[in-house]
Amino acid sequence: MPAINMATALNQALGQMMNTEPRLVILGEDVGQNGGVFRVTAGLWETYGAERVMDTPLAESAIVGSAIGMAIGGLRPVAEIQFMGFLYPALNQIFSHLGRLGQRSRGKFRVPLVVRIPYGGGIRAPEQHADSAEAPLVHTAGIKVVVPSTPYDAKGLLVAAIEDPDPVIFLEPIRLYRLGRAEVPADLYRVRIGPARLARTGSDVSLISWGAMTHLALQTAEAMAGDGVSVEVVDLRSLKPMDEAMIAESVRKTGRAVVVHEAPRTAGLGGEVVSVIQEHAFWWLKAPIRRVAAYDVPYPPYAWEDVYLPTPSRVMRAIRQVLQD
Amino acid sequence: MAEEWPLYRVIGDGANHPDRVEAEVAKRIYAQMVLLRTFDEKTITLQRQGRVGTFPPSIGQEAAEIGSAAALSKDDWMAPSYRDHGALFMHGVPFHHVVLFAMGKGSSIDGEAFVLPSSIPISSHLPHAVGLAMACRRLGEERVAIAYFGDGGTSEGDFHEALNFAGVFKAPVIFFCQNNGWAISVPVSRQTATPTLVQKSQAYGVHGVRVDGNDALACYQVVAEARERALGDGGPTMIEALTYRIGPHTTADDPTRYRPPESLAPWTGDNDPLVRLAQYLVQRGVMTVEEPPAIWAEARQRVNRAVEEALNSPPVRKEAMFDSVYAEVPDALAAQMEDLAEEEAPDARN
Ligand SMILES: Cc1ncc(C[n+]2csc(CCOP(=O)(O)OP(=O)(O)O)c2C)c(N)n1
Ligand SMILES: [Mg+2]
Repeated sequence: MPAINMATALNQALGQMMNTEPRLVILGEDVGQNGGVFRVTAGLWETYGAERVMDTPLAESAIVGSAIGMAIGGLRPVAEIQFMGFLYPALNQIFSHLGRLGQRSRGKFRVPLVVRIPYGGGIRAPEQHADSAEAPLVHTAGIKVVVPSTPYDAKGLLVAAIEDPDPVIFLEPIRLYRLGRAEVPADLYRVRIGPARLARTGSDVSLISWGAMTHLALQTAEAMAGDGVSVEVVDLRSLKPMDEAMIAESVRKTGRAVVVHEAPRTAGLGGEVVSVIQEHAFWWLKAPIRRVAAYDVPYPPYAWEDVYLPTPSRVMRAIRQVLQD
Repeated sequence: MAEEWPLYRVIGDGANHPDRVEAEVAKRIYAQMVLLRTFDEKTITLQRQGRVGTFPPSIGQEAAEIGSAAALSKDDWMAPSYRDHGALFMHGVPFHHVVLFAMGKGSSIDGEAFVLPSSIPISSHLPHAVGLAMACRRLGEERVAIAYFGDGGTSEGDFHEALNFAGVFKAPVIFFCQNNGWAISVPVSRQTATPTLVQKSQAYGVHGVRVDGNDALACYQVVAEARERALGDGGPTMIEALTYRIGPHTTADDPTRYRPPESLAPWTGDNDPLVRLAQYLVQRGVMTVEEPPAIWAEARQRVNRAVEEALNSPPVRKEAMFDSVYAEVPDALAAQMEDLAEEEAPDARN
């Protein structure tokens, strides 16, 4: 198996699905001749043409809104939003329609739409190019939200998302696009939407994270192993539905939990994970659960990025704290 | 339809409007355009050296940037987008601030000038300009607001909502659209099925003007006229300035992927906005042929000084990201500041 990075894995998934699913169309800003600003759609316009790989006008509400229409009308659209910070004009479509159409049509319509969104920070991008707004999406009923943290999961989850009968928001951690390679099967395969991934087993504390923070969690776990602390890492990878069983199982085993996310702390998804633990593993807890998240300030210019986002030292401090409590 | 929207032009072949720009103002515009070109070239170099982050140059658009902003009064409100540092300089923002901004260290604006922070989400600032204009009129102030945006910006809902609002409320606002041919890799022909952008103004009862965006004096005059219209209760104006983005979208972009280098030909050489203005000013007797080299030399000096100042600025205080979020820091946020203080991480990057 060849080792490839996440951007290439996603590109492969799209290319192979374009090949096997004639109803599949791709739309978004700069996805055609330019191959996407992160090159995830590179080469597809050349192979499949402008009718199936559509450069759209600069209008996110119409990108998502028209993709909803296409999906109901019989196509399998994959829409790209260029950066999460530019999703917001389309939130009206997502909040008002995307997750509601199944129920509002009493099941007459399904909306098999994938919205791909590069998200998260850490690459010294200009202002407003580094948001992590997964929480409001997860909060929206009727849609699924996934976020891979490995090239393998990226390809398998994207294939599963495209084949899913319901809308899937597919978050792509920008920082991970080209961070390292991993072996990925050349053929099509699926990673089921829902189950979390046990990224590392341990016995003293459970770190629960997703996206780029999984790498921070693994790095911290490795560093703490040297001090004799055994850290388990759960990579949620599917934020909705969320694998409550694996979260509970891990925390019942370790008795301690730290949730790490790069979105701001207040009303971030970490609060939801804490609730899941409270509901399913309360009697096993040996210490209060801690959250490590970005601070409750707007994402600052990149000179502050390293201290705004969770750092290894903050995660370590949280782990030490739950071990002491 | 394009014929119904003739290009307003002052300089060169096909000039259809008399030159009404005072000699001193015209020279100042030229000097500022040189400064902007020099600044952009310098900043691109700094980006390549890894000393500043991603940067959107405005090379090729200096006439539109500087000519338009030169026609404003310093009290007018400006709502710029990310490529409008030229207009910001012209409106009084010192340019070491723009370097600091490109270094990810600060705000794109200075306390003194009436400018909003450069808008990153396309066209999202157009409604702000409408509101600023409505506020000025309500408060009885002799000021207008101007919003800067691109061809791609006309595709967003906010553009249409803002123009419609401006029309309905007859707001003293100017919508300055630089049609530079491209929205990253997407040509303007993919933004709209209409032959011009300016004709969209008609749908909203907004006065429309199409101007040669590489003719600095024409850009100056159309904004000056739009300003008078706005202050005379004649309502809003949309200006489409036809120009071209000579450089990449940003330093992270590779234009050879989507446009042939030949496409630059009609916009460079004698059609370069700096060359056009210099030749014209010499012809008009406002400037001698000896002057431009001195102007360029001075620009290089000023840019180098500003860059030095920015590069030598102290590292940011890590707590500063909390400072101005709220007028008063809420207790819960203060607790987070304490958490940050416990971090042994070095001060934020510089
Ligand atoms: C709402 C939104 N969507 C997408 C982007 C990403 N983006 C940044 S610049 C750009 C192209 C803008 O083109 P145009 O409006 O013509 O302005 P120009 O860059 O040519 O000055 C795009 C798509 C953004 N900044 N905001
Ligand atoms: Mg443009």
